Amino acid sequence: MIHSPLMVLIGRRVAAALATLIFVSLAVFAIAQLMEGDVAEAILGQSATPEALAGLRQAMHLDQPAWRRYLEWAGGVLTGDLGHSLITGLPMREMIGARLVNSLTLAGLTALVSVPLALALGIMAAVRRGTAFDRAISIATIGIVSVPEFLIATLAVMLFAVTLRWLPALTSTRDVHSIWDLVRVFALPVFSLACFVMAQMVRMTRAAVIDALDTSYCEAARLKGCSPARVVLRHALPNAIGPIANAIALSLSTLLGGVIVVEIIFNYPGIARLMVDAVATRDLPLVQAVAIIFCTAYLILVTTADVVTILANPRLRHR
Amino acid sequence: MIGRRDAIRLIGGGGLSLGLGACGFTPARPEPSGGRLRVAVAVSSTADTMDPARQTVVSDFCRCAMVYDGLTRLDARSRPQFALAEAIESQDSRDWSIRLRRGVRFHDGSPLTAADVVYSLNRHLDPAVGSKARIFAQQFASVRADGPDHVRLVLESANSDLPTILGISQFQIVRDGTRDFRHPVGTGPMRMVEFAPGVRSLAVRWPDYWRRKVRLGEIELFSISDDSARINALLSGDVDLIHAINPRIAHHLEHAGFDLLVTRSGGYTNLIARLDRGPTSHPDFVAGLKLLLDRETMRNAIFRGYATIGNDQPIAPTNPYFDPSVPQRAFDPDRARHHFARAGMIGARLPIVTSTAADKSDDMAVLIQNAGRRAGVRFDIRRVPSDGYWTNSWMKVPLGFGNVNARPTADIIFTQFFASDAPWNESGWKNARFDSLLRAARGETDEARRKSLYGEMQHLVHDQAGIGIPLFLSSLDAHNPRVKGLRPMPQGGLMGFDFAADAWMEGA
Repeated sequence: MIHSPLMVLIGRRVAAALATLIFVSLAVFAIAQLMEGDVAEAILGQSATPEALAGLRQAMHLDQPAWRRYLEWAGGVLTGDLGHSLITGLPMREMIGARLVNSLTLAGLTALVSVPLALALGIMAAVRRGTAFDRAISIATIGIVSVPEFLIATLAVMLFAVTLRWLPALTSTRDVHSIWDLVRVFALPVFSLACFVMAQMVRMTRAAVIDALDTSYCEAARLKGCSPARVVLRHALPNAIGPIANAIALSLSTLLGGVIVVEIIFNYPGIARLMVDAVATRDLPLVQAVAIIFCTAYLILVTTADVVTILANPRLRHR
Repeated sequence: MIGRRDAIRLIGGGGLSLGLGACGFTPARPEPSGGRLRVAVAVSSTADTMDPARQTVVSDFCRCAMVYDGLTRLDARSRPQFALAEAIESQDSRDWSIRLRRGVRFHDGSPLTAADVVYSLNRHLDPAVGSKARIFAQQFASVRADGPDHVRLVLESANSDLPTILGISQFQIVRDGTRDFRHPVGTGPMRMVEFAPGVRSLAVRWPDYWRRKVRLGEIELFSISDDSARINALLSGDVDLIHAINPRIAHHLEHAGFDLLVTRSGGYTNLIARLDRGPTSHPDFVAGLKLLLDRETMRNAIFRGYATIGNDQPIAPTNPYFDPSVPQRAFDPDRARHHFARAGMIGARLPIVTSTAADKSDDMAVLIQNAGRRAGVRFDIRRVPSDGYWTNSWMKVPLGFGNVNARPTADIIFTQFFASDAPWNESGWKNARFDSLLRAARGETDEARRKSLYGEMQHLVHDQAGIGIPLFLSSLDAHNPRVKGLRPMPQGGLMGFDFAADAWMEGA
């Protein structure tokens, strides 16, 4: 019985996602036309004389009208060809592949650390509502949310890399030869990012669990003599999963595109820096491809959160 | 059927498999003999190139200097020394004969021939190459092979500086027919084994280098664009050599036991007043403007002393053609007021455009603004982003800033920035006397005569052009004391970006 409504939901979601992707690609292309300057100017920089510009534009087929370049690009995408970078001439797969893996590794490790920790802290704060522990968690999360991540990252580098010399200041995956290296190399960036994404998740988890604990069925469970742990885990948490999953999805969605500061400070070649480079050099096919990746990742996360919400809630499941 | 417990397990497991799936462990690489030099510069992006013709930023210059050689190279006094050429001769400074060094091999084993040189020089004329040195190549009337190791180069008009021009980094020699520079092949001291634009590059020693024995084992080069992160990486020992230090931090680094490499260069950040339109075209306004430059405060406050006082003309005191008879212009707001009154500008408001693209122009503009208040003119500072500055603002706004890197010869800087028909005639200054002096000096072979011609040109620019050059800037690099063999070169920081053959690591 679960299959058909779920399939319909997922089918609808995928269709909406595809429409969103087409819209995003059009919007990105249109906005890129509003940026002053093009890739030929970016290549020539200070030495862009009108004659040199005209020659280079012609050689790069930039003299064609914008709609035609968009259609050519879209046609390529439909046949599975994302095109070539205008700056390096490399195919997109080569430009993006390794960096996407890097970004996913960093995001995955951050999620691995931050999601369980945030859930545990949020639930504990909710259970011990009003105690010193709860207040400490609240103050800490508000404090961390208000500090910009570059400050956290820079201070962490100065303490752990420069002063104590425990950890490397740069994150190079080439220095990873064992699990221990992995922990050492990723400790600082994951710490900086986890601070940033966890605060939101902790606060949402706490609020959702408190809401559930205040309901009459939890009250009833307590009156029946259930242990506090059982009340929280069996009765409150399943009903709080929906908002928590959404909070997690929203927090994690910033881990691909929104980590430019951390990528720069730790010299980590991820996809956010690639996007900045692509915009700065007006490399339109690359901008398009990366925008599509950001958009896809966001849609996957949000859709997953919705599906989890439905799966976790019997009332929605059987409607 | 998927239950909610499975769903919960799914969320947890997803992150795990995502993270670990990406990592395969490889064994650690041993330190090569001669040591590994790790260099961090400030700027690198997907636009990084190994095409010598397109090199633009410091990381390009460094990487290309590792892999390629030019026909000549410039020494510590900016004079050309023979490199891949063994002799460059001409009777009339127009028809040149170049004899190539014998026995030089590319990294793929093939010998250097005249065909490689002809291809390397001629490709700059093709607009599709996007060469940065096209302006110099346009004076080549013909470049032809004359036997296997002779090249005949005929210029449109006489130019005795050709050997220096051939030392410009963009004229480095590549193999005949090269179009793809992803796996670059040159004759230089290092062989590129990995080049990932915007990520890093790794070059290893080329044991058969013709010029000298290379001591470094390998060089890893990447960028850290955040200033404090770059310095932290040096302090923590994760890099050995960093480029572009903020002058404010320099003495802290010395205190911490690191060495500084201070390079006095001929590069400058200059104030530009367009002479061809608007209120900035009045000669008295321009004269007053140049008197508002408080050079000493700029040097001491903005650059902490790491700069040399300039005199509104582009030839630095270190250049052999520098003319000391040009009177030094002093900071004098009262006399500026007098000039502004004659231009009818007292009480006027003028926007002055600055950008981080023109190094430290923000700070300079603040000092000019303060001085302007005392002289009766209000300057409104308008900061614009560095992205697109050179296309949208530079040379287009009436009052703004430019940023010029050191050029190897007086002829080049005058031709590119001050001749009436120069593409980068920043202030739109037109002077027939200057143009004829420039042509005469270019073909002049008598040194004393040439020096006096360049002297008169410096007077003209100092008095009339709409350019204020307050300072010549020094480039600051810092390195681990283990790195030896580095010395300042006038072409720019990091030994004129060419350190691979000379640097070595102590104890490696």
